[in-house]
Amino acid sequence: MSPATRVMEAVDETQAVKRPAFEVIYDWVTTVDHKKIGIMYIVYALIFLVIGGVEAILMRIQLAVPNNHFVSPQVFNQLFTMHGTTMIFFMAMPILFGFGNYLVPLMIGARDMAFPRLNAFSFWVSAFGGFLLYFSYLGGSGLYAAGSAPDVGWFAYAPLTAKVFSPGHSTDYWTLAVLLSGIGSIGTALNTVTTILCMRCRGMKLTKMPLLPWLYLVMSGMVFIAVSPLTAAQIMLMLDRYVGSHFFDTQAGGSAVLWMHYFWIFGHPEVYILILPTFAFMNEIIPVFSRKAIFGYPAMVAASVGIGFISLGVWAHHMFAVGMGPAGNTFFVFATMVISVPTGIKIFNWLATIWGGKVIFSLPMMFAIGFLFQFLIAGLTGIMLSAAPFDWQLTGSYFVVAHFHYVIVGGIIFSLFAAFYYWYPKATGRMLNTTLGKWHFWLFLIGFHLTFDFMHIPGILGMPRRIYTYEASRGWGTWNFIIGVGAIFQAIAVIIFAYNLVRSYFKGDIAGHDPWDAWTLEWATPSPPPVYNFAHDPTVNSRRPLWDLKHPEEPDSDFE
Amino acid sequence: MTTASTIPISTESEAPWQLPYRGTVGMVCLIIAEAAIFAIFFVSYIFYIGKSLSGPTPREVLELPIFGTICLLSSSITVHWAVAALRKDNIRSCALGLASTVLLGGIFMVSTAEEWYHLIYEKGLTIRTNLFGTTYYSLVGLHATHVIVGLILLSIALFTALTGRIKEEHSEKLEVVSLYWHFVDAIWVGVFLVVYVIGR
Repeated sequence: MSPATRVMEAVDETQAVKRPAFEVIYDWVTTVDHKKIGIMYIVYALIFLVIGGVEAILMRIQLAVPNNHFVSPQVFNQLFTMHGTTMIFFMAMPILFGFGNYLVPLMIGARDMAFPRLNAFSFWVSAFGGFLLYFSYLGGSGLYAAGSAPDVGWFAYAPLTAKVFSPGHSTDYWTLAVLLSGIGSIGTALNTVTTILCMRCRGMKLTKMPLLPWLYLVMSGMVFIAVSPLTAAQIMLMLDRYVGSHFFDTQAGGSAVLWMHYFWIFGHPEVYILILPTFAFMNEIIPVFSRKAIFGYPAMVAASVGIGFISLGVWAHHMFAVGMGPAGNTFFVFATMVISVPTGIKIFNWLATIWGGKVIFSLPMMFAIGFLFQFLIAGLTGIMLSAAPFDWQLTGSYFVVAHFHYVIVGGIIFSLFAAFYYWYPKATGRMLNTTLGKWHFWLFLIGFHLTFDFMHIPGILGMPRRIYTYEASRGWGTWNFIIGVGAIFQAIAVIIFAYNLVRSYFKGDIAGHDPWDAWTLEWATPSPPPVYNFAHDPTVNSRRPLWDLKHPEEPDSDFE
Repeated sequence: MTTASTIPISTESEAPWQLPYRGTVGMVCLIIAEAAIFAIFFVSYIFYIGKSLSGPTPREVLELPIFGTICLLSSSITVHWAVAALRKDNIRSCALGLASTVLLGGIFMVSTAEEWYHLIYEKGLTIRTNLFGTTYYSLVGLHATHVIVGLILLSIALFTALTGRIKEEHSEKLEVVSLYWHFVDAIWVGVFLVVYVIGR
């Protein structure tokens, strides 16, 4: 060990006194430690992943054969509404914020987030939103007048949400849940930006910051501009429903298209809010397992900022069929196509990083490569849909469903799994089991392709979204059966993954502080990192401080 | 369990290392988010101008709130004085500046309350009446809510100043509050232009 390093001893947790359960729970509930909050975010998102997944399976069972009566049309409406809302607001957003919460302070050499109590507040507000959404199920139609689960779709188009068309309180539950999730997201984003700008360790200029904090910075900036409009729109919807204002009331001259604009001003940048952190995971995982520094660091940063800006001008490509007129459509066609340029830059940079590297096919890398392929295909169908005439033909069909699930499952979920396998040893001190991980990977990969590759076909054959059943003569039956089988494969894979998470926590191999021989600061702490992360504030000279430590003969700082 | 780890520690000369104050950055972030919320309400107001299916119209009922506007905008100056005074460790001027800010903001709120009373009880315009009512009360009401929050923050600062607990080192924190107050004022300029000038 070079004289420039100091050894840090952490408390050996195995020797810690066993504390009563109440005290442990009290500790977790009242914690302001960014790592604990990050883990709570992730656990809570995983619970909702399972719930949302069960809803998806139920829908696929209903649609697996023609003329099925497994669930009623009302229940089907509730299922797709709850599935969409849960997966976006209570799975994807919290889990990405959870990773951000955990990793950002560690990677920038800070001891905690900038506002620890705001951090806890954001988590609990957002979690409360999730519980509130599912509380609606307890109502039951008519039972203490709570209505039942929301059934207006995750986009909640006006005037479907008006009091006349959606009596009872189901839509109110939806609005409040989404509003709370939005407040939590804005709070966490504010915290993340402030942490990154104000808490970096000595020497970590913005140009020397790892790419993960960079992308979280851009993503959080987008949250302010994208999630706030949704919050505003939810306030308007609540005013409409509670005090009888007329924002989206077409009977009083209000506009339903205005809601669509407000929703998609949030809804499209949201896709990039979700995808930027997953890019961030790739930026950390691919170089480490290619044993090369990331190719084109400045281009990566510039592309992320570019995506952030362009994504704010593409929302109306969800509305080509609404009748915005040729000028509007043309603008949004081109804006949408332009965004593939910075995204392409990123993909080429990852390929260039892998190119000529000593690739190690560990589990994180396998998921990362799955991500690269699937995200590319998702982008290709995205370019198809961004052409207005093509979109007119296929909008509201299963082709669109296939496209965005390709992005979200094939892109975001795959990179999330990669991130789990990569950082689990850091968070728990134990490795995830490789055999189970490979079962998880292959089953999920096969299930994913069975489901979402084949979902394009009934879409092209004309099968609309959101229908609860169809006639046998349409010829959609076989395809839907295959899709259903794929969904079961994915479910089994996720069960294996969940089993792996729990089992490895108790029985996994001890990880040590740097199992992957990585380069960023979080691997300089013991696994799991102690409270306040660093006993001494670190100082960095380059983008890969641990590389410099391990290879003092050729430090990065000489080349940057 | 291996618990030892390596933390990179500087061996080189201490280069100056300064990062922005986190209160300021946090407030700027909050202002960006809030500005986006206001933008949506502004868009609604502008989009629905003249689209109400029934009366009353803005021209019939709205009057220019000149006095309240002057009070609110000048309160930006007084809060700036308060911060400047605190930086020079002049607690008395700071308290005076804060007190006049709270007073001017309070006058603005009273003028808004009077306007709403007039509209509701004499002109019969409520949030349910028509699109104008809907957009007017929500936009002006959202702004008024922010004024109230600002007044609460400033009153707390004033209270600490009067009880002598505010010190020169708190000037950065007071500046964060003043930043919020300037934002509330700037939004009012937008509200004034959209609601009372363009909307009429």
